[in-house]
Amino acid sequence: MTYGIIRKDFVIPANDFTIAGEASSCVKKMLIQLGVDPQKVKKTAISMYEAEINAVIHANGGIAEVEIDRNKILIRIKDDGPGIPDLELAMQEGYTTAPDSIREMGFGAGMGLPNMRRYADKLEIRTEVGKGTIVEITVFLTDN
Amino acid sequence: MKARDILSVLDAEILTGDENLDMEFYAACGSDLMSDVMAYVKENVVLLTGLVNPQVIRTAEMMDIKLIVFIRGKRPEEKIVEMAREKGIAVMTTNHPMFIACGKLYSAGITERGVWD
Repeated sequence: MTYGIIRKDFVIPANDFTIAGEASSCVKKMLIQLGVDPQKVKKTAISMYEAEINAVIHANGGIAEVEIDRNKILIRIKDDGPGIPDLELAMQEGYTTAPDSIREMGFGAGMGLPNMRRYADKLEIRTEVGKGTIVEITVFLTDN
Repeated sequence: MKARDILSVLDAEILTGDENLDMEFYAACGSDLMSDVMAYVKENVVLLTGLVNPQVIRTAEMMDIKLIVFIRGKRPEEKIVEMAREKGIAVMTTNHPMFIACGKLYSAGITERGVWD
């Protein structure tokens, strides 16, 4: 790949579950065009998609900042939602605070954060109750 | 197993994606929970689901899943089929319920499972 740093921001719209995932879809296409290894594209796409869905479900949407350089893909999903009171609990598979209406849509089963941890090479979450959450997903493109 | 054999084993109808009929599938995932589908890592997977909404197509897109079979006669609206078409994902519908559909595919030779971690 021959490029410097690519930066792109996306708005994650509030309360529109039908178009949730649009930003992740764009990023996936971008990574394929850049010739990123398909396994790394998949890891990035899944973790970003879960984070995007979370922002829609829990936080009235937010923004996604994407940075790609030759060493890594960095995705930062920021929201002004309610924050996560107990992050350790939220990281457990199956723990969820999502309402039934979300489960009817196929999400809210308490697998979002665990899936992000499963696929991201590095996952950082900063959250403050009443203020919001920042989820930072890194996928490394080189071994060092 | 080729998609065209899945079509026949499941007595299914194809709604889009004729160009995927010769693709090979070795594993299947039957679930209505999309996050569970995403926890499942495997290539050449067919997704069976009773959930009908745009996020099924999105999930397949992120997972590189090229064939979705809607079970129990579920039929997605044209907008959803169109979305799959744009993304190169084949869509089928079968009247069989989940358990029977999975059983038929397993008996016909799709026996690989996914890896969870």
